[in-house]
Amino acid sequence: MRLSYPNNVKIIQVPCTGRVDIIHLLRAVEDGADGVYVAGCLEGECHFINGNIKTRKKVEYVKKVLEEIGMEPERVEMFNLSSAMGLRFAEIAREMTEKIRSLGPSPVKKNKAA
Amino acid sequence: MIIADRKPLEEILEMIQGSKKILILGCKGCVTVCNVGGVKEVEVLAATLKIARKKEQNDLEIHQKTIERQCDPEYIDQVKDVVGQYDAVLSMACGVGPQFLSEAYPEQKFFPAVNTEFMGGAVTHGIWEERCAGCGTCVIHLFDGMCPIARCSKSLLHGPCGGSAAGKCEIDPDVVCIWDMIVKKKMAQGRLDDLLEIRPFKDWRTARDGGPRKSIREELT
Repeated sequence: MRLSYPNNVKIIQVPCTGRVDIIHLLRAVEDGADGVYVAGCLEGECHFINGNIKTRKKVEYVKKVLEEIGMEPERVEMFNLSSAMGLRFAEIAREMTEKIRSLGPSPVKKNKAA
Repeated sequence: MIIADRKPLEEILEMIQGSKKILILGCKGCVTVCNVGGVKEVEVLAATLKIARKKEQNDLEIHQKTIERQCDPEYIDQVKDVVGQYDAVLSMACGVGPQFLSEAYPEQKFFPAVNTEFMGGAVTHGIWEERCAGCGTCVIHLFDGMCPIARCSKSLLHGPCGGSAAGKCEIDPDVVCIWDMIVKKKMAQGRLDDLLEIRPFKDWRTARDGGPRKSIREELT
């Protein structure tokens, strides 16, 4: 398909989104990521029954934590798409990048640079 | 087990406001089983507090440790080499932990990072319910395995009261009327007559009403 998506998106592969834990998302934020998103399979189509649904709840938890400490919860998101949806993948990468750009750099990162 | 919940982050952040170096101390007992104060939760709290403080440009050094239990002196002993070097120690154990720690290490400041709630069990993954009020005189056998002391809002021994409707308690539509369940089970098993028995007043001196309690087992001391 040779689709392009913003090169600021760094991909970390996991066997199933169910493997993504709260601590992984928090560590990314702690290390200065401006935004983190999880791209899971479509709901109802998890090969491991409900890995994507479980992780959606973890993402929601992290959003709540960020809100509690005064950070924009939108910096962490979850998307559902199948591995055959390349176009949607590129679109999400652009959407998320635009959203994070409008939010500005992470306040954690700002501190790191200083 | 003892069920707890993590305190709001705002409260924890306020506790450690002036601190530069802290220890988060987890417990491998009840709070690990109810997913609030074990190795994993210590890691999550550490990451969260670091983010919150980095954001304020006020970095925080956090050390993490999780001991077997915080309610036995031999395990409390295991942190003797590390306590004393922190501005604050956050205990993620139930209310027993910060007290045992404070008694053992009077110079160190300990803070509770969780709110201890009740004695109960997991009815399903992620949902815990109260089952025991620790009244000191167990009466579960009289009510077919259901404790009206812990599970009836009024701790009635002769229920149900007028607030029971459609199997629910008047205090909250999500709270089951345990007396409704007791009566139904007695009916199903043909033992409804058991409930005609008049129970004497409960002696609450064995519960918290009798003041702080102590258990001494001579054969172990």
